[in-house]
Amino acid sequence: MSSSLIIGQYIPSDSVIHRLDPRSKIAIIFFYVVIVFFANSVMSYGVLALFAVGSALLSRVPFRYIMKGLKPVWFLIVFTFLLHLIVTREGDVVFSILGWDVYREGLVQGGAISLRFFLLILVTSLLTLTTTPIEITDAIEELLGPLKKVKFPVHELALMMSISLRFIPTLMQETEKISKAQASRGVDFRTGALKDRVKAIVPLLVPLFVSAFKRAEELAMAMEARGYRGGEGRTKLRELRISKLDISLYVLFALLVIALFMTRS
Amino acid sequence: MHISFDHVSYTYQPNSPFEHKALNDLSFSIESGSFVAVIGHTGSGKSTLIQHLNGLLQPTEGKIQLGDYTIEAGVKNKNLRDLREKVGVVFQYPEHQLFEETVAKDIAFGPQNFGVPQEEIERRTKAAVKATKLPEDLLDRSPFDLSGGQMRRVAISGVLAMDPEVLVLDEPTAGLDPSGQREVMDMFHDLHHEKGLTTILVTHSMEDALAYADYILIMNQGELYKEGTPLEIFRQKEDLENVQLDVPEVIAFLSKAEKEYGIELEYKGQTIAELAKELARKVRGDSDHE
Repeated sequence: MSSSLIIGQYIPSDSVIHRLDPRSKIAIIFFYVVIVFFANSVMSYGVLALFAVGSALLSRVPFRYIMKGLKPVWFLIVFTFLLHLIVTREGDVVFSILGWDVYREGLVQGGAISLRFFLLILVTSLLTLTTTPIEITDAIEELLGPLKKVKFPVHELALMMSISLRFIPTLMQETEKISKAQASRGVDFRTGALKDRVKAIVPLLVPLFVSAFKRAEELAMAMEARGYRGGEGRTKLRELRISKLDISLYVLFALLVIALFMTRS
Repeated sequence: MHISFDHVSYTYQPNSPFEHKALNDLSFSIESGSFVAVIGHTGSGKSTLIQHLNGLLQPTEGKIQLGDYTIEAGVKNKNLRDLREKVGVVFQYPEHQLFEETVAKDIAFGPQNFGVPQEEIERRTKAAVKATKLPEDLLDRSPFDLSGGQMRRVAISGVLAMDPEVLVLDEPTAGLDPSGQREVMDMFHDLHHEKGLTTILVTHSMEDALAYADYILIMNQGELYKEGTPLEIFRQKEDLENVQLDVPEVIAFLSKAEKEYGIELEYKGQTIAELAKELARKVRGDSDHE
């Protein structure tokens, strides 16, 4: 279950991508997501793909592993591709299968949309693969910092995020533990009628909720005992710092944008 | 139920960066009706081992024989439910699995899943509650209103009500106070003998392993490090220290007496005080001869 879910799975390493400031990574990915929609020629897609695949290679995360993590979205990618093949009816007929005519535009658009999809997911999953959840929330807190001026609870939001991220693996472990205990008492989660399987969730959910509430209470108590009073005047153990590496990333990305607009048709 | 492991290995998340071999080429067998303690340092593979005993995990290599039930690497298991009815597992902190509205319903949950008839369930519930020394008027209360120790007993009753042939205990006394620990262990000891169970106890307490088990398996880094009777095992102080395990105080006393006075005392479950008296008698007796 947990092995195929890649989101939130940080893979420790000391690659160039890992060492980038998380703020830079988030900002660059944000802009990348925007410019992906500007590509409209083979060359421009090539430039974008080169950037994404290059980053993936530099991250030194095994490529096979990234692909495995993309498994749940493959369906979506293939589905969009097929949908375009069926719906689009422009250009010449390239070939036909079982009486269905496949048009040139359908192939091109389907390919383009699927590629976009693939690139977006590749780049965003690269963020979570190379950045610890704590770094990500720190970065979001910093990036949203200006909103404090309009009384937006940035620090509280970041704290909530980091707590929930921190407890995802814990709760997953807990789920596994309890489901094993109940399976030992004869619950069958995998087979049987849908009605029975839904019923089988109750012995799993009740203990999970009980322990989650207990954990929340204990954590709140522990934080108060250590003098937590919210964001005001709080210093940080890890200071985020923009390094030469980040600056070279900005330069590279600027070049990418220029290249993209030059190769657009 | 006779249990045997034949070259069993288990790897967590194979073919990923998190790949981890938890069991490595494990072979041993457990006689029907024996009380076996599995000891070992944290991360030695004890928990992984016991999850193989009722098919929660399937070995990645090797074969396990449980009575006439076989679990083999790469072969899909059928009728796991039958196996799980025969092998009752009490997990660490079993009170975390309670969920029903009343204690009685929670205890009945296991047998119900295995299709035991209602009158039989009631009979077993009463027997289980009696064995765990829970007052019967708790049966209609919510399990979440009970104290920690009582919740633990309810959870244990739930496993006992399945009427298993094999009882697997994963540190059943963790987090209980000393008198509670003793009571719970004595209860398992009595049940083991009364019902002729095969009991497998995972524990960090060398004292418990010595007092209750008649055979010990020591795990280290997913491998079987040593096996033998408690006295055989605990006489090998250095070998135990190599894997960060202690010798029970009583045995340490015996070894020291032997070394200092050259007197061999026979161990039959005495306390240190009793042994000390015996030793004193022998030392004096010896000096009388001179």
